[in-house]
Amino acid sequence: MKRCKGCNGYSVDDKMVKIANKYKGVKGGIMGALHEVQDEYGYISEINQKYLSDKLGVPLSEIYGIITFYSRFSLMPKGKYNIQACMGTACYVKGAEAVIKAFKDNLNIDVGQVTEDGLFSLESVRCIGACGLAPAIVINEDVYGKVTPDMVPNIIDTYRKKEATK
Amino acid sequence: MKKTVQDIENIRTQTKLSMKNIRIMVCAGTGCTSSKSQKIINNISKILKEKNAEGISVEKTGCFGFCAKGPIVVIDPMEIFYEQVKPEDANEIVEATLNNKVVERLMAKENDKFVERWHELNFYNKQKRIALKNCGYINPENIDEYIAVDGYKALEKVLLEYSQDDVVKIISDSGLRGRGGAGFPTGKKWLFAKQVEGNIKYVCCNADEGDPGAFMDRSILEGDPHSVLEAMAIAGYTIGAKQGYIYIRAEYPIAVHRLKIAIKQAKDYGLLGKNILGTGFDFDIELRLGAGAFVCGEETALMNSIEGKRGEPNPRPPYPAVKGLFAKPTLLNNVETYANVPKIILNGSKWYSSIGTETSKGTKVFALGGNINNVGLVEVPMGVTLREIVEDIGGGIPGGRKFKAAQIGGPSGGCIPDSLIDTKIDYESLASINSMMGSGGLIVMDDSKCMVNLAKFFLEFTVDESCGKCPPCRIGTKRMLEILTRITEGNGKEGDVELLEELASSIKKASLCGLGQTAPNPILSTIRYFRDEYEAHIKYKKCPAGECKKLMNVHIDPEKCKQCGICKKTCPVNAISGEVRQGPFKINPEICIKCGACIEKCPFKAISK
Amino acid sequence: MIKFTIDSKEVEVSEGQTILDGARKAGIDIPTLCFLKEINEVGACRMCLVEVEGAKGLVTACVYPATEGMVVRTNTPEVLKARKTTLELILSNHNIKCLTCIRNNNCELQALAKKFGIKDIRFEGEKTESIYDESSKCITRDTSKCILCGKCVSICDKVQTVSAITRVKRGFDTYIGVAEDMEIAESTCVGCGQCVVNCPVAALKEKDAITEVIEAINDPKKHVVVQTAPSIRATIGEEFGMEIGTLVTGKMVSALKQAGFDKVFDTDFGADVTIMEEGTEFLERLNRGSVLPMITSCSSGWITFAEKFFPDVLNHLSTTKSPMSILGTLIKTKYAENTNIDPKDIYSVAIMPCSAKKAEIVRPELEVNGMQMIDAVLTTRETARLLKMLNIDLSKQKESDFDNPLGEATGAAHIFGVTGGVMEAALRTINKELTGNHIEDIAFKKLRGSKGIKEAKINIAGKEINIAVAQGLKNVRKLLEEIRDGKSKYQFIEVMTCPGGCIMGGGQPIRTAYEKATLDIPSLRAKALYKADEKATYRISCDNKSVKKLYKEFLGKPNSEKAHKLLHTHYNKQEVYVKEG
Repeated sequence: MKRCKGCNGYSVDDKMVKIANKYKGVKGGIMGALHEVQDEYGYISEINQKYLSDKLGVPLSEIYGIITFYSRFSLMPKGKYNIQACMGTACYVKGAEAVIKAFKDNLNIDVGQVTEDGLFSLESVRCIGACGLAPAIVINEDVYGKVTPDMVPNIIDTYRKKEATK
Repeated sequence: MKKTVQDIENIRTQTKLSMKNIRIMVCAGTGCTSSKSQKIINNISKILKEKNAEGISVEKTGCFGFCAKGPIVVIDPMEIFYEQVKPEDANEIVEATLNNKVVERLMAKENDKFVERWHELNFYNKQKRIALKNCGYINPENIDEYIAVDGYKALEKVLLEYSQDDVVKIISDSGLRGRGGAGFPTGKKWLFAKQVEGNIKYVCCNADEGDPGAFMDRSILEGDPHSVLEAMAIAGYTIGAKQGYIYIRAEYPIAVHRLKIAIKQAKDYGLLGKNILGTGFDFDIELRLGAGAFVCGEETALMNSIEGKRGEPNPRPPYPAVKGLFAKPTLLNNVETYANVPKIILNGSKWYSSIGTETSKGTKVFALGGNINNVGLVEVPMGVTLREIVEDIGGGIPGGRKFKAAQIGGPSGGCIPDSLIDTKIDYESLASINSMMGSGGLIVMDDSKCMVNLAKFFLEFTVDESCGKCPPCRIGTKRMLEILTRITEGNGKEGDVELLEELASSIKKASLCGLGQTAPNPILSTIRYFRDEYEAHIKYKKCPAGECKKLMNVHIDPEKCKQCGICKKTCPVNAISGEVRQGPFKINPEICIKCGACIEKCPFKAISK
Repeated sequence: MIKFTIDSKEVEVSEGQTILDGARKAGIDIPTLCFLKEINEVGACRMCLVEVEGAKGLVTACVYPATEGMVVRTNTPEVLKARKTTLELILSNHNIKCLTCIRNNNCELQALAKKFGIKDIRFEGEKTESIYDESSKCITRDTSKCILCGKCVSICDKVQTVSAITRVKRGFDTYIGVAEDMEIAESTCVGCGQCVVNCPVAALKEKDAITEVIEAINDPKKHVVVQTAPSIRATIGEEFGMEIGTLVTGKMVSALKQAGFDKVFDTDFGADVTIMEEGTEFLERLNRGSVLPMITSCSSGWITFAEKFFPDVLNHLSTTKSPMSILGTLIKTKYAENTNIDPKDIYSVAIMPCSAKKAEIVRPELEVNGMQMIDAVLTTRETARLLKMLNIDLSKQKESDFDNPLGEATGAAHIFGVTGGVMEAALRTINKELTGNHIEDIAFKKLRGSKGIKEAKINIAGKEINIAVAQGLKNVRKLLEEIRDGKSKYQFIEVMTCPGGCIMGGGQPIRTAYEKATLDIPSLRAKALYKADEKATYRISCDNKSVKKLYKEFLGKPNSEKAHKLLHTHYNKQEVYVKEG
């Protein structure tokens, strides 16, 4: 962990230092730097944005404007298992909201957030076309149909068990 | 090790020779890779080792274009064609090859006969592969193979024999026009960039191919990356630039990977970098990744992105040739345009201009998709008709359905209805029917497709990708989408079509860049040729093609209904009423959300829309 | 020179100029919304579309270069249709509550809607999500009124190098926001209000203190006093239809008296005191060879800029308070003492050209005896609105004089409102104090004008002093970076946040982009102040009788312990982009 001078007391890891050094002085280097940060961490944190701002001399607001312009750059991390809860009409009518709440309670995160251990993230998505299985959720590539709030703990457990065996 | 001209010639001769050995070429484009072509390669490689097979190698190669039948494997130099190969077929293939036999079950059958060599397939009959010439023949990760097929010979010729004006003349006389969509004469573009004074100039390659359904440039970069590098170096020499940038989508990881390898190999040989081939000419190429913004395919937006900014376009003039990347004179061309350059230099402008039509010379690569049997990548001479592409090359419409329209040019293009299916594919002919060439995406629609929904699909894409700088595009396309959405959901009003037309024509005139200027095209052309469909949606709240969900009237045929109750259980909104064996079930149209789940689940196919 | 035809009129422009330049020369009023010369030339709003014979499609006149023999048409049916539809689209995504809007009657979008005779909006639909950000003490952002012209971002980025705002997201969802979607108060914003005076609509506006002030005026328990900054007398007339650059000192005082203020004082008096304090401070540093260059500290936005971006060079700033704060302090100490009024019953108002001053008055460092010295800041614009609300037409007032003892000021104080003025004023006094010479126009030619950084070398009493005058924070940043790198060759630097100085401050009357492009507004307004200087009885701060009396009776001498306690301050680093909790 490095502590850099004049960076308002926050610290970044060695990978970030490497990335910043690579793109310092490169014309238009902020784009390449953001790509590497996105690939390395899965998102671009506020701290990393500030670090790049300081090292590459690009105002933080400009960096923020760039990140939010391009679809590939993300401000929010995604979990290893990204839970996508369908909020299309059919699923909504069949109680998708209650299912989402069950996930929120079980994982202690809100929609658009990731759990502290980085395992699970929760997002609501538009119709995934599985209306016959409403309410439907997708976790990475697995589709779960007719999900009820009671089923949620078991579903989460499946993935936790998967992690434990690794 | 920097190579001299003689070194390169030696490599050329040697590799040409070694390429006469048996080579098992496995397509390693993105499509086939996702169908496990890498596993095929691994398996074959393992078996060849086990059998100590001498004189046979297995290699990855570029796209053959026949994606409908992928993964493709070709045994060279016999050109034996195998389709839909699985990793498990590896042993059989090796066995057959070792014994000078073929694996019939993997071969294509046409007119009840097996077709042995891939060029004999109907699919390739009317094609002419120039930009795609090396795809399928060489291993894109081996520079020696590129050199063997006369790669870097054009660069050598240019550096040693031609002046900048000579090159401009050849490219101009060839009639090559920009393949990115606009069709601007390439020779003229190079001339403008050359004429501007300046010590520092740039050559850029637009590899930000973003049209949904288009993968021409991706295939070229995955299958023959050196052709682009060589062309850029030639362009650099011609206009007086020492630095090139390839702006490529990050969503093309295989292409990026192949380009990185190619650049390194070229640099190692001294074919890029300082003092190329000892001529004193310096030229280097760097990659810059796109980050998920379709608008960065626009010239000035692309340059802004390379400069580390939001990808918002600038008004022109000043044109990039005068003031482009980093405010310097810049030449930007599309991948496919560049891929043609080395061949033109080597074969001459007369050769190229003898192909195609009066005003559109050469060939065009198309990504054929949609409701067509032979989905894939095709390259045809300009002037071929749409009918020839759909019927002869594309193999017609599957499922016994009829051709309704083809969308050329993606979200910027217009549709071509059945009545115009004999239109020639060239820049002027397409423009005359209010369509456009575009970058090469060609989506075929059968009679089950709703044209209003198609327009809406492309407009949704445009709205998502608009950069937001100018009001006509930022707000105008959104308003058009709102009107279209209303129409497809049964809330269309009298006058909506006229409103769409008016809004569309204003957006075309007032938008800052090509994205906004062409965004209304799908709407205008579908209104022009399928106005009746729009009117049906609006006046009668009906979707003639049966695609728009909200206009579907899901209906249980009382005669066919066996009263099993499965539909009622399936319905997510309890719109179906009835009891088991107590009369036909009924759907309440007020509650029904037209999701189609019951239609799928009914075992007796009693439900339809 | 290039000759071309526009709407059948022949016009000549110089190489590099645009169709718009030619149109303006020919008296053809092509509408623009996003164009700001040299700062925002982006062709984004599409309102200036014109037809050029032979060109592909319509082009934007604001950036299209003029070429010899070009034939331009600005009002064909096709062009009009494109412009009108674009305008309708903008309006369809706009918060059209004109009647309750602060820019009602002074809005460029409204003016265009009128010009095009927009009768209804045919394209109703979703509106982009909007933000209402009141977190700043100086300005408020309301993106529901934003037309995304981008001028605010360009000014903040290029002219001020503060970069507090940016375009966020893309397409229909684009909005002007702050990094990390924080509030503007948490950003690098210095409150200068340059964004406000360049915004064509009401997406940006100053914080409003009119209600509190009227309440105070009507409160019988409050003794309400007001002071007017040097530049107000040169600009407030514009709000009442008077020509740009009309000096309205007397009318202004009358109007304020009419409004019910118990006393009308002159900030310029405070400016003279500032010169006494700052001049002495400078000479001390010069003689002792201590921290140099010394930088003036009267510009509020500049102080915030220094605290946020250059906290390591804060020791270079003069510790003298601004004229406004000096006068504010004197009002609630000496004046209160002399008149036997409890300072708690004094409601002190300052009319300032500047939105940043609204943040200055609540700085804890400026409190004296735990009390805030100034209670409200009204910008020039607010003051005009207040007067109008009270049925007072400034232009029709008779002349009056400021109230004494805090109303007498020299010509040197008047020119505080122009770039270079503070330095000129300081030099006049320093020169007189050191040499006894009475030179009023010392170095003035070098220090006046629109150049970003003006330099001069002055020789006073054998000492050579290297001076710089910077206007606009981009130029200030240059000088500060030199200081940070130890490469600064100056001893004394004047800084004004706003290009042009206070006459062009963020609180001044808002002029249209057309006026800004065709008139030299800074020069016109500056002329009024230079006139006031020339007319003044005394033109060197140390000659101000009231100031001399003040020192004799109250402060002792400049930089005395009492003067230090009351009239000097200190500065602290300000953190940016820190999330609470």
